[in-house]
Amino acid sequence: MQTSRTDHPTATAALTASDRTRRFRGRGRGTGRPGGHSGSLLRRLTPWFFLATGVGLLLLFTYWPALNLGYYSFTDWDGIDQTKNLVGLQNYIDVFTDPSIFRVFFVSLYYFAASFLQMAIALYFATILSFRTRFSNLFRGILFFPYLINGVAIGFVFLYLFQPGGTLDTVLSWFGVGDPPQWLGDPSLVNWSLAGTSVWRYTGMNFVLFLGAIQSLPHELYEAADLDGASRWQQFWAIIFPGIRRVVGLSFILAISGSLSVFEIPFIMTGGANGSSTFVIETIQTAFTFRQVGLASAMAVVLLLIVLIVTWIQRKVFPDEKVDLT
Amino acid sequence: MARRKAVLGLVGVAAVTAIGLTACSGGSSATSADNTIDGTPSGDIKVVTWRTDLVQDGTYDKWIAEFNKKYPDVMVKVEGITDYANEMLTRMSTKNFGDVIGIPTIQPSQFSQFLEPLGKTSDFESKYRFLSGASYDGTQYGIAWGGNANGIVYNKKVWQEAGITTLPTSEDEWLADLKKIKDNTDATPLYTNYKDGWPLSQSFGNLGAITHNPDAQTDMAHDKAPWTEGTDVYAIDSLLYDSVAGGFTEKDPLTTNWEQSKVDLGTGKIAAMTLGSWAISQMQSAAADNGASADDIGYMAFPANVDGKQYAVIGGDYNLAVSKYSKSKAAAWAFIQFLVDESGYTDDQGMISTLKDADLPKNLQDFETAGVELMELTPAPEGQESLLSDIANDSKVDINGQIYRQKLVDIARGAADGDKASYFAELNKAWGASVEKLVK
Repeated sequence: MQTSRTDHPTATAALTASDRTRRFRGRGRGTGRPGGHSGSLLRRLTPWFFLATGVGLLLLFTYWPALNLGYYSFTDWDGIDQTKNLVGLQNYIDVFTDPSIFRVFFVSLYYFAASFLQMAIALYFATILSFRTRFSNLFRGILFFPYLINGVAIGFVFLYLFQPGGTLDTVLSWFGVGDPPQWLGDPSLVNWSLAGTSVWRYTGMNFVLFLGAIQSLPHELYEAADLDGASRWQQFWAIIFPGIRRVVGLSFILAISGSLSVFEIPFIMTGGANGSSTFVIETIQTAFTFRQVGLASAMAVVLLLIVLIVTWIQRKVFPDEKVDLT
Repeated sequence: MARRKAVLGLVGVAAVTAIGLTACSGGSSATSADNTIDGTPSGDIKVVTWRTDLVQDGTYDKWIAEFNKKYPDVMVKVEGITDYANEMLTRMSTKNFGDVIGIPTIQPSQFSQFLEPLGKTSDFESKYRFLSGASYDGTQYGIAWGGNANGIVYNKKVWQEAGITTLPTSEDEWLADLKKIKDNTDATPLYTNYKDGWPLSQSFGNLGAITHNPDAQTDMAHDKAPWTEGTDVYAIDSLLYDSVAGGFTEKDPLTTNWEQSKVDLGTGKIAAMTLGSWAISQMQSAAADNGASADDIGYMAFPANVDGKQYAVIGGDYNLAVSKYSKSKAAAWAFIQFLVDESGYTDDQGMISTLKDADLPKNLQDFETAGVELMELTPAPEGQESLLSDIANDSKVDINGQIYRQKLVDIARGAADGDKASYFAELNKAWGASVEKLVK
């Protein structure tokens, strides 16, 4: 019995998912095993023991704090006081009636607009690099590299880039641009500069998602298309784009939730000043500058709900249809 | 057999985790009868400090050795935290946050939840300055570890070069002087440190000095429109607004850098910054380290006067306090008294000593020559100790922070809509609504 148990995972690893379920079901119904009654209870519990660590950690570090957050959102807690007074829905009423809280969502639109540019760039390079290209591995590395850098480091790098007389201004002056704008100081530019930084950072991740999806498309389709005389452009619209539609949809959801909860880049580079404050920065300031942890928790819950609703709408409008390329 | 062992192991892990968790949340506080601050100092204490530099350079070790000569039974351990102001608040949600701490920004009404009372405030008045910061309901919860004056740190050489012979004593003179600096030198007349933010809040320390009103904070907490000409806060924010609007500040405020600004002030690329007197020694060492002279750094009072006389507010730095949950309260209290009375910290740092009979530090002698009189704010009346910060939190006008002043700078430099009058009206509206709500 011990041996059958230990060799079990290696055996199933090679099987496909449907095979696996069939085999498990077979075992459940299977002929009686040695071990008796008490042993079977323990045996039935065994999978739960394996799950216990993972599920326990998940409950302890994800769901329990989230429940606490929900609880705080109904209190007037200031983050330190030993008593928390329940105030009912007051915090939620404040979130929805204070225009200064919701105004910052407009800033998210800059990042949302930029995310389309980001997906376009990523899709373009993923398509090119999925065909046979010289140095394609090098280019893949270069494109993915920014995503590996710590967000705080990126913030600092771009802060120096955007400084008056900084790298960007120097490069522009080579091309005769004598009077560059203040990239972060000008309120009409600051959000574009920050969104541009965000594009630079996250294009790599989109790129890898798209590249993986494109490479999983069966190769015969391209060969068939080549034989039929389809151009690269036609191949892209007829094979690649429909083939990776689900990944594009996923990127779209990530872009929405990402642009609603932008944080690191504006926080490091401007601290939310000059009209670049986002909802998450506003939440942090409410919690730790104005010591209204209750209200800030309500804001965090509201953001979570908004992201869930947007995702749900997206799933309704663009249902997860089966991709069939044949 | 092996399987049963594994199961037992899992149960064991779960049990240990459970015990660990309960231990974290339910540590009982050992309040034995003789664990009071008046007892015999003995036992282990942990000192948590924001001065990581003094931990690293061995200053604390020196102090502890000296302290142990007097109290050999006390074992002192020091821990420095870089992001003290924030991290301490998080730690205080547990009971194990050290024995000797500097009080972070908690409400005075919450002192008793975390700190051991040290005695009646009136009993300390003859010996110590700066008691108001850690006093609630007539009880003292902490002793300030030195204090600072408020005003403006400047580079004497640049001001001379611009042809300025007397320091400004009103906003008009100040703006005229900044213009001279802008026209006659290459220096940035006033550096706001907008990006780092917190330096913007330093000017609020001048509240009270402009109208020579020791009750300025209490008055502001009852004023429904404090941003009206004639008040202290109006003068403070107006000075900032007009300096920015006049083009006397850094070109792109979004890319300022605090560490670099110290070097720039020291070497004369910046003419002035609004900072507490604690900054003087840092500016002096930045000047000396970069080929300029420490003597170039000067300190002046806020450009305002009452009948020709200038004032500067002095206030306490962090207050040292004993944790309510300390197991060696007497030892912790003895160490605080040692730090404040005998360590020589304030002399080394150029700060004003907490001891009433000590002399002014050297770097504030500019004040004496200029005839600036020092003043301390009176503590808020009983029951209103946290009123000012409550109103600030409720109205989201962070008088001790930078958020609303960054907006002020944005408006002044034309990067946001409005003007001085409209923004001050906006501030008055938010502040007034909270005053109405919170003042009974």
